[in-house]
Amino acid sequence: MSHPEPDHFAFDADSNAQIEKIVARYPEGKQASAVIPLLYIAQKQMGRATGSAWVPRVAMDAVAERLSMPPIRVYEVATFYFMFNTKPIGRFHLQVCGTTPCWLRGSDDVLRACKDAGHLKGYGDTSQDGLFTLSEVECLGACVNAPILAVDDDFYEDLDYDRTVALIEALRRGERPQPGSTIGRQTSAPEGGPLVLHDVPAAGE
Amino acid sequence: MAKVTVDGIEVEVPNGATVLQACEAAGKEIPRFCYHERLSIAGNCRMCLVEVERAPKPVASCAYPVADGMKVFTDTPVVRNARRGVMEFLLINHPLDCPICDQGGECDLQDQAMGYGMDHSRYREEKRVVKDKYVGPLIKTIMTRCIQCTRCVRFAAEVAGTPELGGTNRGENMEIGTYVEKALTSELSGNLIDICPVGALTSRPYAFVSRPWELRKTDSIDVQDAVGTAIRVDSRGPEVMRILPRVNEAVNEEWMADRGRFSFDGLKRKRLDRPWVRRDGKLAPATWAEAFAAIAKKLEGLPGDRIGAIAGDLVDAESVLALKDLMAAYGSANLDCRQDGAAIDASRGDWFRFNSGIAGIDEADALLIIGSDVRREAPVLNARIRKRWSLGKLKVGVVGPKTDFTYPVKVLGEGPETLTALLAGQGFAEVLKDAQRPMVILGRGAIARPDGAAVLATAWQIAEAVGALKPDWHGFNMLHHFGGQVGALELGFVPGQGGKALGAMMGGNIDALWLLGADGFDPARIGAETFVIYQGHHGDRAAARADVILPGAAYTEKDATYVNTEGRAQQAFLAIHPPGEAREDWRILRAYSEGVGKTLPYDSLAQLRARLAQAAPCFATLDAIPASGCTDMTAPASNVALGSAPFVAALPSYHLADTIARASEVMAECASIYGGAAPRLAAE
Amino acid sequence: MALADKDRIFTNLYGAQPWNLEAARRRGNWDGTAAIIAKGRDWIVEEMKNSGLRGRGGAGFPTGMKWSFMPKQSDGRPSYLVVNCDESEPGTCKDRDIARHDPHTLIEGCLLASFAMGAHAAYIYIRGEFYNESVTLQAAIDEAYDAGLLGKNAAGSGWDFDLYLHRGAGAYICGEETALIESLEGKKGMPRLKPPFPAAVGLYGCPTTVNNVETIAVVPTILRRGATWFASFGRPKNSGTKLFCIQGHVNKPCNVEEEMSIPMRELIERHAGGVRGGWDNLLCVIPGGSSTPLLPKSICDDVLMDFDALREHKSGLGTAAVIVMDKSTDLIKAIARLAAFYKHESCGQCTPCREGMGWQKRLMDRMVEGRAEIEEIDLLENVTRRIEGHTICALADGGVWPVQGLIRHFRPLMEERIAQYKARHTTMPMAAE
Repeated sequence: MSHPEPDHFAFDADSNAQIEKIVARYPEGKQASAVIPLLYIAQKQMGRATGSAWVPRVAMDAVAERLSMPPIRVYEVATFYFMFNTKPIGRFHLQVCGTTPCWLRGSDDVLRACKDAGHLKGYGDTSQDGLFTLSEVECLGACVNAPILAVDDDFYEDLDYDRTVALIEALRRGERPQPGSTIGRQTSAPEGGPLVLHDVPAAGE
Repeated sequence: MAKVTVDGIEVEVPNGATVLQACEAAGKEIPRFCYHERLSIAGNCRMCLVEVERAPKPVASCAYPVADGMKVFTDTPVVRNARRGVMEFLLINHPLDCPICDQGGECDLQDQAMGYGMDHSRYREEKRVVKDKYVGPLIKTIMTRCIQCTRCVRFAAEVAGTPELGGTNRGENMEIGTYVEKALTSELSGNLIDICPVGALTSRPYAFVSRPWELRKTDSIDVQDAVGTAIRVDSRGPEVMRILPRVNEAVNEEWMADRGRFSFDGLKRKRLDRPWVRRDGKLAPATWAEAFAAIAKKLEGLPGDRIGAIAGDLVDAESVLALKDLMAAYGSANLDCRQDGAAIDASRGDWFRFNSGIAGIDEADALLIIGSDVRREAPVLNARIRKRWSLGKLKVGVVGPKTDFTYPVKVLGEGPETLTALLAGQGFAEVLKDAQRPMVILGRGAIARPDGAAVLATAWQIAEAVGALKPDWHGFNMLHHFGGQVGALELGFVPGQGGKALGAMMGGNIDALWLLGADGFDPARIGAETFVIYQGHHGDRAAARADVILPGAAYTEKDATYVNTEGRAQQAFLAIHPPGEAREDWRILRAYSEGVGKTLPYDSLAQLRARLAQAAPCFATLDAIPASGCTDMTAPASNVALGSAPFVAALPSYHLADTIARASEVMAECASIYGGAAPRLAAE
Repeated sequence: MALADKDRIFTNLYGAQPWNLEAARRRGNWDGTAAIIAKGRDWIVEEMKNSGLRGRGGAGFPTGMKWSFMPKQSDGRPSYLVVNCDESEPGTCKDRDIARHDPHTLIEGCLLASFAMGAHAAYIYIRGEFYNESVTLQAAIDEAYDAGLLGKNAAGSGWDFDLYLHRGAGAYICGEETALIESLEGKKGMPRLKPPFPAAVGLYGCPTTVNNVETIAVVPTILRRGATWFASFGRPKNSGTKLFCIQGHVNKPCNVEEEMSIPMRELIERHAGGVRGGWDNLLCVIPGGSSTPLLPKSICDDVLMDFDALREHKSGLGTAAVIVMDKSTDLIKAIARLAAFYKHESCGQCTPCREGMGWQKRLMDRMVEGRAEIEEIDLLENVTRRIEGHTICALADGGVWPVQGLIRHFRPLMEERIAQYKARHTTMPMAAE
């Protein structure tokens, strides 16, 4: 491993409280089911503690210990699923969807904007200031709002070059723009407003 | 039973059998990589695809259950195309480095490529390269050759019970390894080499040593523990090149422990290859005649009770009997083979045998382990217990130090007081009582202590009290440590009428002591005036104390019989000749006896073996164990009381436990990595 | 004729109203749930069979029949419903809208479906990237518990029912039902060998049915309005309403609920503002998510959007994600990107998929440039055939179909690309490199 690994990891109080609730969702003796949730908790805790949301090996060991699993089974899971960062990342994780539906709608421009505005050389790169890490992700499942850029857990939709640059600059300023369509669309409705669902049971105000 | 038609051949197989088994029953060979009959089914290599009538796609025969009336086709264009496709996919990223691969000549991939491969590659893209992994001193990895069949992952998790291997990352980037660089902790790790169908996991000590077709293959028995593992010694010229397990379902299935497999370099080192005689206080090279003369001179006229003999841990039955006969000729009853001082009562076989049989473990439903680190004393036998555990409903209780058995155990206590409680019917005794086939395993180490006789008697009484001693089931089992121990016990190599035990022979109580490969006790205990004859193959602890050294043969160098912990006599065959002037041990004794006019009554191995068969019944029927069952519940006698000291691990270091291993550089490296030289486990 | 608003199941598809319980109740959710359950398990399964509902996750297996495979009598093992919200098929974004805007239709469906298969517990497996959606869904579940709609005597039905949400972590393969079960058990998402099927040995070794989100979410409305109502939409064996995701080179991409068997052209033009540059500017359409082979314009002109019509053209309805490509598209690159997707998402278990997807992807990359020989198109086709049908799960099949579709309909385009490359490079000595 080419990056420095911390030599210790312990779940903090915040994490422990979440773990209790999560493990209770699974039947007795099936606590291994909680391995993905616990890896998330570890990753988030690293984000809280260090500004870089990733899962070091010692955190995987902590998960293994908590769930009474052989550590290798946790390593397998942590490296199989794409959302666990097994290396340190920047404060903001810029995840460009490059799959065909987004590519048809201009994901190349989004990528270019990320590189330009985030000062990133390409996929896998972390900016010098440690703010941004750029990744290519596969289809994010918001294709009628393509192209998409996921920043950490939030989807920014209907992007083009300029709006992507604006988003990244806002992030740099410490702002967190409202996720969703960047052109004011009502979620997955066609641009300009829904063509259907005008005649539905009144739902109050 | 289900009737299945395979390529027009009708066979009957049990319901629940797989299509692959049906194909084999019909005599159709099905190629496979991931499938291994002793591992769980993965079904991932896709090499075993066959066509099944009405199935829309070819099915993986290794995993597909049979159904009555099923029609299977193993040789159709669809099947051939599927297998050729799989072969091509396996090879596109394979380095095709057979000329420099140690698996070459015994490689499943190479063999199957002959049947299903093409003579050229259609792949023009860049090939994958995978970084090699460090997994310890015994296994060499060349991971670019890996075909991701996951046999090793399953072996480690299922058979060895040390889940340290896994497949990390995914898709074509999936890599087999430990993720964190570390040496595998299993004592069965060498089996990974055998089950790897390609050259990804190969033997590090055997790296670039030989080609399989250059090797002479000799059947033998692993004597470095008491399991009696069936092995094959591969030799070239005067050298043992490697050792592999053979299949023996009743004993080792197809597994083998690492110490027996990897310490063969010790067969070449520190060897006694010529006689030595002490002159003026110093050992000096001698001829056989000089050595014999020196012994004869010393023994001549000595009263029988001033002469003694001790048999070692790795000795063969033939030489033990010859030594016993020689001692009888000298009028000596001072015999012992219990170098560890174990309070074994050899007057009845089932007091010292593993009576349930190793295969009997498969039937056990409750197990009490007393004072034995089974995992390190008998790794293959431990894997059998683990296999039984993994099938469910086996409860295991342990009296002794807490170690990782590779299956869950309930630690009941660490010392004899727990035995008292069990005998009183408390706690785990209830579990044993409720079981149909309760088993008690008593580690030999647990009786190698001052209160050993009491421990032995109590263990037996517990077995009786919980109903483990029945006419159709003998649940009392002693686990020995080495391949020569039980044979000597069967032959009664213990003090005869008025004879002295090992302890009584020490400190000058006798004038001459004949050590047959006896390196298992501290030679400093021997009286300074005692004349010591050391007959054996390694210059280990005892040889340095000897006045005369007679160079003997290691187990790979003689036709010999060994008895395992069950009381199963098995023959090993000469793979290579002993080095230098060393000779087979019984022949040495026979030659000596003739020179002193006490000629042993056998001129050939056949004659000696005929006498063996008379001396103890196990030698009359080879590769069998006495009928299981106990009709005489009489417990071994004890005239001491149980002590209070906790049981400790009997073998301080797995990797350095015997003479051959102590001469092995490979084992020395293992000991340094795995901390084998560390203090006893009980120190915890 | 288009689907009328009164016949829409997903009345809050765009989130115009709040997702919460209060608003959901006003939209008709949780209305008479206990009464439906009172009609009994057999009635529900029969009604589902009669509705003609086929699974909305892509394979289109009849839902009622799938439920009927679950054991009627427990052998001591519990039964489970697992809801597949691992929506990851490129082009597909319908379940996301249900999770974030109409969670109560889904939750109510979980209760009804679980009752119908004798399950007292269900898990919803939601893809990890749907973080915000999972927050909403969890809040809706909590709300339902608080209102007594979940838990002991759920919704006053007398049926005890627990519902849990479980997040995935970025693996397309977990949309395959047995991989999903493996993942839910805390392992790598590697599909299991079948048989045994999940209805016999599924989650934790117990009888399990895995259904898509949309499949479960339409259940309450079907049971309230009746099988006949649902079956009245679409052609026989293709019944019901369906969420479509229309995207790519259309003027106004959107999700919409429509009647099954609607003509593709009508769907695109009525709801998505038509093809960019007009219908005649259409090159081809991937009709049902990335796994379904593309259809050239000539077929798109009059093809109907349902299982059988699309299958006739060697494609499929899949998840009903309609990916439109106009004539400006570098089609080879569009398909090559899908090949890259499947290589990235192969779990690595089966040899043909693990090794073959990379080969296919690398060949396609060269096809994009034209840096290949004409015969290599045949090699590519042959490689896809050697992958197809030879693996444990269907990812490999879905991963080669896009390429097969490209070759089937646009081979001349590929040949032309190769010729262009050769023309550019013939003056150089080492042209082939």
